[in-house]
Amino acid sequence: MLEPETSSSPATEFPPVEPTNFDMIIVGTGLQESIIAAAASTAGKSVLHLDPNPFYGSHFSSLSPSDLSSFLRSSPPYCSPSLLSDEYDAIPLSARPLYSDVEISPEELENCRRFCLDVSGPRVLFCADSAIELMLKSGVSHYLEFKSVDASLIYEAESGNLSSVPDSRAAIFKDRSLGLTEKTQLMKFFKLVQEHLEEENEGLISEEDMESPFVEFLTKMRLPKKIKSIILYSIALADYDQENAETGEDLLKTKDGINRLALYHSSIGRFNAQSAMLYPMYGQGELPQAFCRRAAVKGCIYVLRMPVAALLAEKGTGLYKGVKLKSGQDLLSSQLVIDPRFVVPPSLALSRRGASQESSQDPIPAAVKGKVARGICITRLSLKSDASNLLIVFPPRSLCPEQATSVRVLQLSGNVAVCPPGMFVTHLSTLCHDASQGKRLLTAAIDALFRDTMPGNSETSCSENPEDTSASESDNMKVHSSALLWTALYIQEITEGSVQTISSGPSPDGNLSYNDLIDVTKKMFQQLYPGQEFFPEKASSEDPEDKNSDGGCRGDNSSEKNSDGGDGGSGSGSGNGNGNSVGVYPEYL
Amino acid sequence: MHGRPRNPSKPEDEEASAAKASKLRALQSQFLHNHHSKLYDKGALELSAKLLEINPEFYTAWNYRKLAVEHCLSQPGSDPESILNEELRAVEGALRQNFKSYGAWYHRKWVLSKGHSSVDHEMRLLDKFQKADPRNFHAWNYRRFVAALKNISEEDELKYTTDMIERNFSNYSAWHNRSILLSNLLKRKAEVFPKEKILSEEYELVHQAIFTDPDDQSGWFYHLWLLEQTVTKDAPWLISCWPASGSELIISDSKSASSCTASPLSSYFSDGRVEMPVILYFNQAIKGVNTSTVTVRSVFAESKDLVWRPLSLSNFGSAQAWVAFLKFSEVKIDYSMSYEVEVSLGDSSGIVSLNGCPLTHAFQSKFMVRFQQPDSRNTDGQNIGSISWEDSNFQNYEGGPEQCNIIPPCIQLKMAKDHEPIASKWQVDILMNEIELFRELLSAADCKIGKLTLARLLTALDTLMLYNDTSNSCQMRHTEEILALYTDLMKLDPSHSQYYREEHSLTFLRQVSCSKENLLRYCWLYRNSALSDSRNLVCLRLNNLSLARVGSIENLLWVQMLDLSHNELRSIEGLEAMQLLSCLNLSNNKIKSFTALDPLRHLKSLKVLNISQNEIGKHSVDTTRYLCSSPLSHTEASDWRRSGLCSTDDAQLSKYWEAFLVFRDLTLVQLGITGNKVVNEDFRSFLLKILPTLERLDDTNL
Repeated sequence: MLEPETSSSPATEFPPVEPTNFDMIIVGTGLQESIIAAAASTAGKSVLHLDPNPFYGSHFSSLSPSDLSSFLRSSPPYCSPSLLSDEYDAIPLSARPLYSDVEISPEELENCRRFCLDVSGPRVLFCADSAIELMLKSGVSHYLEFKSVDASLIYEAESGNLSSVPDSRAAIFKDRSLGLTEKTQLMKFFKLVQEHLEEENEGLISEEDMESPFVEFLTKMRLPKKIKSIILYSIALADYDQENAETGEDLLKTKDGINRLALYHSSIGRFNAQSAMLYPMYGQGELPQAFCRRAAVKGCIYVLRMPVAALLAEKGTGLYKGVKLKSGQDLLSSQLVIDPRFVVPPSLALSRRGASQESSQDPIPAAVKGKVARGICITRLSLKSDASNLLIVFPPRSLCPEQATSVRVLQLSGNVAVCPPGMFVTHLSTLCHDASQGKRLLTAAIDALFRDTMPGNSETSCSENPEDTSASESDNMKVHSSALLWTALYIQEITEGSVQTISSGPSPDGNLSYNDLIDVTKKMFQQLYPGQEFFPEKASSEDPEDKNSDGGCRGDNSSEKNSDGGDGGSGSGSGNGNGNSVGVYPEYL
Repeated sequence: MHGRPRNPSKPEDEEASAAKASKLRALQSQFLHNHHSKLYDKGALELSAKLLEINPEFYTAWNYRKLAVEHCLSQPGSDPESILNEELRAVEGALRQNFKSYGAWYHRKWVLSKGHSSVDHEMRLLDKFQKADPRNFHAWNYRRFVAALKNISEEDELKYTTDMIERNFSNYSAWHNRSILLSNLLKRKAEVFPKEKILSEEYELVHQAIFTDPDDQSGWFYHLWLLEQTVTKDAPWLISCWPASGSELIISDSKSASSCTASPLSSYFSDGRVEMPVILYFNQAIKGVNTSTVTVRSVFAESKDLVWRPLSLSNFGSAQAWVAFLKFSEVKIDYSMSYEVEVSLGDSSGIVSLNGCPLTHAFQSKFMVRFQQPDSRNTDGQNIGSISWEDSNFQNYEGGPEQCNIIPPCIQLKMAKDHEPIASKWQVDILMNEIELFRELLSAADCKIGKLTLARLLTALDTLMLYNDTSNSCQMRHTEEILALYTDLMKLDPSHSQYYREEHSLTFLRQVSCSKENLLRYCWLYRNSALSDSRNLVCLRLNNLSLARVGSIENLLWVQMLDLSHNELRSIEGLEAMQLLSCLNLSNNKIKSFTALDPLRHLKSLKVLNISQNEIGKHSVDTTRYLCSSPLSHTEASDWRRSGLCSTDDAQLSKYWEAFLVFRDLTLVQLGITGNKVVNEDFRSFLLKILPTLERLDDTNL
């Protein structure tokens, strides 16, 4: 086992890794890779987990503004063609940029290291979602602490106001912006869904309705426009405009809509949380770290700051054999899982496991699925005076007529220790076809949120006019109220994963939750190790002994919270302490 | 805590509980030994604490601990603080086992009343319990106790209920506590808590709950409380009296001829009696009507000689209706003269409601009394005792010249007109707003309790408007809608249909009695054609109307002849105030016992009674009996043996004591009783004994 060095040392000083032959080598400590590492280790596989970065989490890490800037702008890792191997063909591992159009202003920020910014935010956990279930099942929840996202708001285009989302019985009761009749209608709908989900009432909603678009079903239930919008975009979290969908694929089916509603409702009140959503203390980067810790407990070996220089292929056959580290060491494994940013050279296409079954010659990773525009703001003022962590949804067409996708915003406060007390970190994201479209929407949302007065020109700011290019965007950025201290906008490619001898998970998706990522990861594991259980049930009961072995596991540095920003931890200590932290434990009541 | 299904016990559970029981038995016997030998040492106390932790319901152990505390406190050099702390700990242990243990909560109150424990500590404990189960009414009770003991402001407690309701509004306890706190605040701090403003805010709050989930009943109950706060006035007032103020009353004997010029509604057939009733009818039960609080000035009698009697079925000296009899036997009557009678009350504060509020308005009434000279031609004619209820004997009472003379029966309702209006604008506004909202709700959701609430709101509004209405065309505007709602509810909610039926009847009777025009439709002239009877009797015929209850008595005080046959009456409660009633037809109803006829005891003028075709004696178990006087109940037993009728067959008496209680004070001339299961030869003979005045029993002239 090897401890990641704390001081930056020249690459040449890498001590050798022992042993040199593994069942699986994983490159990149993103969430999926970390889960695979933990699951494979739990299944008794020998696993080596590498990361070229000095921190855990890769695309799911939480970084300081300066680290984030360099992470987003980093060029593909250095590969020396001179690293040749006698035994094997060394094929350089090329990377491609996942992030583009990075725009950060200002470049410098005071107390920079006291911030933990999520690379793939905004993202939360629903109390009853599969991510939470996985953490409970794997015992990872013991390493984490959560806080509630205490408010969910929706932007109303007509009034330009943020109004709270009546997502539960109690919230409907408290909400004074809904009319009395609207309350009855909304609650009646929630009850219908709940009754439908009870086993004895199967078929309460007809099969035909279940297959129809959710928006049509809501119309059929005679719900008013405002309530439809709340259900579609704030509760079912639909990405695309459901009323004027461009393609049928963007439409949410009633079946899925109801499942999302059910997830939301079963999340409310679980773990004594104040709302349906949770956010991990110290940022999203804690999640991959926790899985790595789990993996380490099960014997996985960790080496950070260790780029892979090349892949090793069997001479002649071209079959994958192992990796050559930047330190020059050759390590062998039967499986390789790589970070989605790497591209496996087509010359290794033969290495595809079960090549006979699949004739596809796609390079790895598979095609880009789309783009997500992400934004991060640091502010001095909360968007809602009585709430610290909150979710805001701008439904499609609410910012401008061209807006076809929801823009989701997550404000985080000092009480989740991602910033000093009194400051706020706001994450935004929206799906987009091209960079300028996505950034226009984010800029419009930022305008709507942080301008002292609602901008009259917000509609033009995101219009498709070609004149309205980045020049006017940066103009807009200057207009923002003084509360806005720092802004980052960037575009991330969404790629699909693939499973072969060399596998790769998908890049972070544009969702608010981790659910799809977890599902894909689980499938990936089952393809990698057919017949192996993905975290056997008893895992969590083994914990007491695991805890004892924790001390001996020196490769795992996640016990020091916030390892990359040493002072972040102390900053959290003096956090405003608003809101109790939520422990996620199996329910025994 | 709530909604947990009861699972059948498994064998291993049963074993465990058997083991627990044997352990408990051992502890218990040891404890009882300690208790009996008055052992209060440390070991004995620990044993009792252990016992209570397992079984917090063991009251003897709590009592033992109280004795032990008293004992320890009385020891020289004792440390009250630690002794009481130990008690609080014992209670907490027991509450952990069962947080709904009456004994444990009570013990804690007892310890606190000894002057111990900090508010903070108690509040923390309560927060814990109320978090675990926000609807735990024990905790809420205890909270009120602590709040009162430690002078925690009611405003703070009110805020707490708001928080709890916002967390989950399905919480009767929280709403209930709110109603208690607000009642106090409205009373004590009326300046900071103006009723009008507070009530509309509360309506606003409860709407959120009701409209969010109309199927949840907790909000509806709070709404009911609000409605009560909106319409009820603490202070009582007089709503009706007989004779009406300003009226001229003609008193005639039963043998008087039809030639009398006065309207039948303003005449009184004294039927040989030498007295007339004066009836006062209030909006609620009151006490304190006596010769010092009510002054009656007339030539007939001195005010102080009058005896005011409450007309109530209970014996608590309170009633809605009060009567005094004005005797004119001592005066030499001049038939050509009108005598003035003046009744006034409310000048002194003796008349108070049951919760101590004095009368709002003073009242003064003057009426004239004239006597009709007995008609010599008719002296040997039939007396009142031969009444036949056949339809052919009734003529529709319309178009007669007398009609214009009829005293509008509702004139009394408006006597507050000269004073401040009884209903304020805000009350009417609130009710109108509520009605509009609930109509809207019902159009969106089918909801039984919503319909009931709407019916109640409409009734309240109609009643309020009636008091405010200064025109003479008073009408209950929403009668049709209310009746439709109750009809609907009878179908929707069959298990409570009797209640809806009764409300339906009361609504209908309010409509019938609220104006002269409406009443006239039910007034008939009685003329027995077979007997060429020429008497001028007016009968109020409310027969065949499916009535399940009688009401609006305040408008019917003048009625002397009443037909309630062919209805669904099970009780005749309220009829006791109709002091002028001499002929009453209750045949073909659902009266199940003589006890249900208890109100008749008060009707001293009653001569003709028909209770045939009822269900008296049909049901062996009479549920009303538990609520009514029995020969064994102390109030009745006192005069039970005094009665001269004790000489009758004791066996019969004990068999028919219920009938005896109803009939013994009546001087019935005619009684119809056939068609009841109780009737047989034995019973008839008993009736003849206790009703010596009887001239006709069913179809038999005696």
